[in-house]
Amino acid sequence: MIKHFLTLEWKAFIRSASFKTNLVFKIFMALGFLYFALIFVAAGFGAFYGLKKAGLEPLQAINKFLIYYLFGDLMLRYFFQKIPTLTIRPLLVLPIKKNTIVNFSLGKTVLNYFNITHAFFFIPFSIILLVNGYNALGVITWHIGILSIILCINFLNILINNKDVLFGIVASIVVGLIASQYYKLFDITVYTQPFFQGLYEHIWMVILPIVSLLLIYFFTFNFFKKDLTLDERLHIKKNLATSEDLTWLNQFGTLGTFLKNDIKLLRRNKRAKTTLYMSVFFLFYGLIFFTVDTYKGGVMQAFASVFVTGGFLINFGQFVPSWDSSYYQLMMTQSISYKEYLNSKWWLMVIGTAISMVLASFYIYFGWEIYLTILAAGIYNIGFNSFLVLLTGAYTRTAIDLESAKGAFGDKKAFNFKTLLFSLPQLLIPILLFGLGMLLNNITIGLCCIALFGILGLLFKSQLFSMIEKIYKKEKYNAIAAYKQKN
Amino acid sequence: MIQVNNLSKKYNTTTVLNINELEIPKGQSFGLVGNNGAGKTTFFSLLLDLIEPTTGQIINHNVQVNLGENWKKFTGAFLDESFLIGYLTAEEYFYFIGELRGQNKADVDALLKKHEEFFNNEILNTKKYLRDLSKGNMKKVGIIATLIGNPEVVILDEPFANLDPTTVNRLKKIVKELAENPNVTVLISSHDLLHTVEVCNRIVALNKGEIVKDIMTSEETLQELEAFFAV
Repeated sequence: MIKHFLTLEWKAFIRSASFKTNLVFKIFMALGFLYFALIFVAAGFGAFYGLKKAGLEPLQAINKFLIYYLFGDLMLRYFFQKIPTLTIRPLLVLPIKKNTIVNFSLGKTVLNYFNITHAFFFIPFSIILLVNGYNALGVITWHIGILSIILCINFLNILINNKDVLFGIVASIVVGLIASQYYKLFDITVYTQPFFQGLYEHIWMVILPIVSLLLIYFFTFNFFKKDLTLDERLHIKKNLATSEDLTWLNQFGTLGTFLKNDIKLLRRNKRAKTTLYMSVFFLFYGLIFFTVDTYKGGVMQAFASVFVTGGFLINFGQFVPSWDSSYYQLMMTQSISYKEYLNSKWWLMVIGTAISMVLASFYIYFGWEIYLTILAAGIYNIGFNSFLVLLTGAYTRTAIDLESAKGAFGDKKAFNFKTLLFSLPQLLIPILLFGLGMLLNNITIGLCCIALFGILGLLFKSQLFSMIEKIYKKEKYNAIAAYKQKN
Repeated sequence: MIQVNNLSKKYNTTTVLNINELEIPKGQSFGLVGNNGAGKTTFFSLLLDLIEPTTGQIINHNVQVNLGENWKKFTGAFLDESFLIGYLTAEEYFYFIGELRGQNKADVDALLKKHEEFFNNEILNTKKYLRDLSKGNMKKVGIIATLIGNPEVVILDEPFANLDPTTVNRLKKIVKELAENPNVTVLISSHDLLHTVEVCNRIVALNKGEIVKDIMTSEETLQELEAFFAV
């Protein structure tokens, strides 16, 4: 049975639309993976000697901060780890035990990139410990213990992925802990460090993480098994349409027609709504940077400002035209001009960015210089990033299932590694320009350069639009074919 | 008039459609029949420029469909549910299509009023999103939407499938009415020989991508087709 599942998975993987992207991109991804793997291996080997040199007992020091490492892992997973989907519906009516389906779906998550990367750190580190004469059995139990905890996080992430509220609670607890440690109110590592250390010193303690792993697996298993029941999953929730009076948009002609539709898209689809939530989250992203003195006044200030104003722009724009993927064939048979279509999306992004710029005015509390950076980054976002985002979107061929009500096995996050790679130039340019200003000892020059980039983009708007239009035309057949392939 | 020259579609080495020449005069009601995989939907997709032809071209009223875009102005089509916008209500969808086709609200309302019976009170004013409608009701919405803006070419893929018997009869009436208009060319594909013979004045049968029969409808047509598809 497992063999059948594995062939299914393999076929789904190699035949997916995103895998058929160009070779350059694949190489880029592979290099990125190698880079991170190497960093982790180097950290694994280097950590031991580095910590020893700093006069610390390496294992104890690692154990002290392990709790934050694990918290960080959980956060990263929440945003980046996609819950792998196994097309379940066709399997449900076949003579396969439900338990097998659930076991395989969960088992598959263990072989995830996010679990494997940790091995690149912990295996070399454990080897170094053994070489340096640490108790072999202790190192092994420590290693197994940590491995179990990481797998626990893996399953915990699957569970909380269904509940944004739960994640919010966990996130605020973690932020609270970090803050209280920073202000020396409460130090959680005092309690967690002995535990991790215990995994090495008292061999029997390894039972604790293993038992919790078994428990959490059991819990996740039951959670999904319950969710698998046919009528539960297939029951369609019927919502009555909310009536909105958007007739005032009629005065904008075709632009208004599209805008009306896009507003409904954002308001009526769970998948689209997440972009709105994400933009709010991004709005507060700057707090991390502007409150820490090391970042203040540095190039990271520009980095954060792009995010503060561009949350909606980035999250929405990178999936134009994928938002319309479920009815792309319709759009392609209607007599519409791409320019009008793009223009509507562009205006929506501009409005979103402008609202963020106004809302971000509370950052004045941290000084005018920061707010001015935010404003400059906002202009840059409107005039330059908006086009860059639309350009990358034209190549993104992920069909978006708007109607998936964030089911347990559905594709859900607007965020993945690939789109992150695409966003690099969007962030690098303002950082470099800001850095230029710092080099010249005049931040105003840097800010002006950033804003100038945006204004230049606005001046060349129609040329940029026709460039994107050409890509749309070129990619038309590919896009239709890719959008037909759901998931 | 729709003219097809030397048209073929290949996926790797398999030819799924190969039509040397086909001419559909203006005003004709054209029925396309054939088994699964005969190439009916492929032909319609090519006609709508949704897939790229391997060779040849289709000219729709003097516009070559894979080069120009003007054919979109006078062509209405409904192939499947991917022509519907799930998060809109039926009315919103009709007005959206209307606006794209340069029709005002009153024009669309007049059309909807005319087809009120076809909707059978299950679609309009229900405040339901299209994604929550049944397959049959989705189809009804899609079919009527193709008529917005008085297109000269109407393309319907399997319009009779999934509809209840009463609606099938109402749909036949609508198609016949369209066919009577000398300016409107109707193209329909179907598995159902009886329905197709009843509403179309010309029937083309496809088999494995090739035209195997091309007949003007007469008394004997149904028998002829049934004999052809008999096992």
